[in-house]
Amino acid sequence: MITTYLFYLLSFLAIMFALMVVFSKNPIHSVLYLVLAFFTIAGHYVLLNAQFLAAVHIIVYAGAIMVLFLFVIMLLNLNKETEPHKSVWLKASAAVASGSLLVVLVGSLKGAAGIQSAKTFDASIGLIENLGQTLFNDFLLPFEVSSILLLSAMVGAVMLGKKSIK
Amino acid sequence: MLLAVQSTPLDFLPIALMFVVALGFVVIMLFLTHQLGPKKKSKVKLETFECGIEVQGNARLPFSIKYFLVAILFVLFDVEVIFMYPWAVNFKQLGLIGFVEMLTFVGFLLVGFYYILKKGALKWE
Repeated sequence: MITTYLFYLLSFLAIMFALMVVFSKNPIHSVLYLVLAFFTIAGHYVLLNAQFLAAVHIIVYAGAIMVLFLFVIMLLNLNKETEPHKSVWLKASAAVASGSLLVVLVGSLKGAAGIQSAKTFDASIGLIENLGQTLFNDFLLPFEVSSILLLSAMVGAVMLGKKSIK
Repeated sequence: MLLAVQSTPLDFLPIALMFVVALGFVVIMLFLTHQLGPKKKSKVKLETFECGIEVQGNARLPFSIKYFLVAILFVLFDVEVIFMYPWAVNFKQLGLIGFVEMLTFVGFLLVGFYYILKKGALKWE
């Protein structure tokens, strides 16, 4: 019973923080609200019994990725108070584009079949032991390929961010 | 093949409690110091100062890309370590094959690390 209340509390907080991300004027405040939103989503993962995902979400997203976001914001010039003014046509097209994305999302969720019923669902599937078994037996190739992905990301970051040594 | 591991969201209640206590402590302390401390505001006192030197410019300077490079490399190795958690928990069950799998994974990333060191990306010119 307590999990139901927790779910509603976390959902309320997540939506509120997400709205604060959009509405706050200061980009650094936006980032900090996004960190809070990530924490509430990690709470949702815990409620779904996906505890490894919750830990990773806090360590990687709230910890590392948000540091990157902060760095990007600090690389910008924040001295200018005024935002560049967008024309009405740009705003209208943005509204149409995001609205149609919403329609696509809702439509695909409505059409999604095969949602397992709670009775047959094994709640221990998201635990770290089972995740490790699946990752290192069934999804071995994607796991090894992901290391190549990380390698290429490293090379790309160094290529872009570093001047070559003379 | 799912292992018979029992864990429910309610096992995380102590951690949630710790979060609440930590946050509550901070909020209460900040509130109390604001309430209890004496307040004397003057223009000189509220001015920002830095070790007695007069303030020059402001703090909103765009800063060097070098920090960003270090941060992004940190994120990449962070993600690498994340993959080690499920591996370490299952280390005994996975046996030698699991060890070789992880060795391959880390080997690729060590190549990247060697590249970073060779390029001198972590050097602070």
